[in-house]
Amino acid sequence: MKLTEEMLSGFPDARGHFGAYGGRFVSETLFDSLMTLEKEYKRLKNDPDFQASFDKDLAHYVGRPSPLYLAERLTRETGGAQIWLKREDLNHTGAHKVNNTIGQALLASFLGKKRIIAETGAGQHGVATATVCARLGLECHVFMGAEDVQRQSLNVYRMKLLGATVHAVQSGTKTLKDAMNDAMRDWVANVDDTFYIIGTVAGPHPYPLLVRDFQSVIGRETRQQCLSQAGKLPDALVACVGGGSNAIGMFYPFLTDESVQMYGVEAGGLGIETGQHAAPLSAGRPGVLHGNRTYLMEDENGQIASTHSVSAGLDYPGVGPEHSWLKDIGRAHYVSVTDDEALDGFRKLTRVEGIMPALETAHAVAYAIKLAATMDKDQVVVINVSGRGDKDIQTIAKLDGIEM
Amino acid sequence: MSRIEGVLKSLKAQGRKALIPYITAGDPHPDQTVDLMHTLVAAGADIIELGVPFSDPMADGPVIQLACERALVHGTSLRQVVAMVKTFREKDDKTPIVLMGYLNPMEAMGYEQFADTAKAAGVDGILTVDLPPEEADEVAPLFTERDLDAIFLLAPTTTDDRIRSISQHSSGYVYYVSFKGVTGSGKIDIDEVASKVAHIHELTALPVGVGFGIRDAETAAAVGRVSDGVIVGSVLVDTIARNQSDPDQLKRALTDLLRPMREALDNLAS
Ligand SMILES: Cc1ncc(COP(=O)(O)O)c(C=O)c1O
Repeated sequence: MKLTEEMLSGFPDARGHFGAYGGRFVSETLFDSLMTLEKEYKRLKNDPDFQASFDKDLAHYVGRPSPLYLAERLTRETGGAQIWLKREDLNHTGAHKVNNTIGQALLASFLGKKRIIAETGAGQHGVATATVCARLGLECHVFMGAEDVQRQSLNVYRMKLLGATVHAVQSGTKTLKDAMNDAMRDWVANVDDTFYIIGTVAGPHPYPLLVRDFQSVIGRETRQQCLSQAGKLPDALVACVGGGSNAIGMFYPFLTDESVQMYGVEAGGLGIETGQHAAPLSAGRPGVLHGNRTYLMEDENGQIASTHSVSAGLDYPGVGPEHSWLKDIGRAHYVSVTDDEALDGFRKLTRVEGIMPALETAHAVAYAIKLAATMDKDQVVVINVSGRGDKDIQTIAKLDGIEM
Repeated sequence: MSRIEGVLKSLKAQGRKALIPYITAGDPHPDQTVDLMHTLVAAGADIIELGVPFSDPMADGPVIQLACERALVHGTSLRQVVAMVKTFREKDDKTPIVLMGYLNPMEAMGYEQFADTAKAAGVDGILTVDLPPEEADEVAPLFTERDLDAIFLLAPTTTDDRIRSISQHSSGYVYYVSFKGVTGSGKIDIDEVASKVAHIHELTALPVGVGFGIRDAETAAAVGRVSDGVIVGSVLVDTIARNQSDPDQLKRALTDLLRPMREALDNLAS
């Protein structure tokens, strides 16, 4: 399907649907808040003051635009298409997540909400939320699965230093999905004074819309930078997909550029065939979780399946509804790489370019190397380097058998 | 007239209020659920809300989360829950049963198949926590066509426009969630509930059941005084948790909890 700007303006539709996906599947208590948020966001989206504040913060606080960097040595070693890196890892706090938290915290301020809650997996969204709360003087509560608190202890301490309260979630599988459940539960109880900053393009409408809008700065910059630096549009975009926010941020401004191929890389874990993975678009089916209809990992009875990934930020059984739609219409391709391939990607980028990616990002790196090798030398592949790997050093060391 | 409507009409004619206990199917074990349902009826239940366990019960507090986990350890599926209702109907064809749960297990089973088997088993109503009427235009007609009552929630945050439109989509009764929070969490404010329920009564002719925060005879009576029925959940589920190892003791404990509520509600009539 060839997409046009006009068509895209209808996604999501008025009720927050992307084709069969998305929507607002929440308990009644939250409904009115979501309606208000949608109304206010639609108003502020076209408010020059709001946009100016957002742009100013992205420039002077986050450090945008982030560079688009030609990875010459990696390109040479791969022996195919040129590999370019969109350096979201250089943002303040070290990942793309902050683009969104700046935007949502600004919304919260405009709505007069003083208490912020967030869920986090790898801790990057939690850190990015705690950061903007510190700056704006907002009370911050971050919900994090107890298992993730263990494997991302560095980020837990960062959040505490920033003044946030971190709630270790003991229910269910003790990972990202359970953190999101508990954040929703907190929100229901404190809906009057609390703003929920969701960290990815999932959740009930209007979250997938507003997170996408805030993250689209990635793709807008990339498009301009690629035209001026590489002299052409990219041939392929590659981004990892947990909930899908860095991927949609990169893809969205290119959706009407028919020649640009898009690859979302899910966590293949121990291998899709083992069932131990976090790849709903590759191996799941549509269902309803966390306020939206989307591809999910679930058993035959509709119970959400437990997931596995070496990277906490991809360890989620769902995915943003817009990706489900892009998959069904064939506009983007969704693939997966295993834990081991991602770890190879991590080591490769670290050794060959001196850039240590987050384990989430390493999935995109691993796939992009495979893809570039099959392409011509005059073609351009852009990897969205969604975050840096400092937070993962303990995990890598442990895999290497080193106690730190 | 649906079984739910029939029961609520006849209670109203007698000036009595409905006692609607909730338990999670499969908790503590699927083999006990039907027996526990009969126990609830014997202790005074007018309608039973039977919870369908879900892995991610976002609107529930820890008590019902743990009930879901206990039920899911034994693999309790939506199909099995419907089969439990069918077994229950062998001995009781009077007490209405409302299945209460989350959307995904129904979606996974297939809405049409779910509606057919639920109807055939003797289910009377469906309450889906995460399905507002705005998203129900595919599902709700499948229920209405089969005379299954679609029961929707109203909350303290529901605007008047939505109270009207949600009531139009509902049949049987509407369920007013008494406070902002998950099940088993907050403290009910009777005055607030009274004025909100009175207001809901102005906007719809449907009976209004009130749930969340009803723990004993006193709260049941206070809420019963201002509504058409009370829904009692977490305190029962907590009792199940504490007596899970002794089935007979469990039945006694549930009975001891419900009986005083029944009496307190019936005392309102006299
Ligand atoms: C660096 C990084 N990349 C990617 C992700 C995955 O999220 P999303 O798919 O929303 O971009 C995370 C999540 O924690 C992350 O920290």
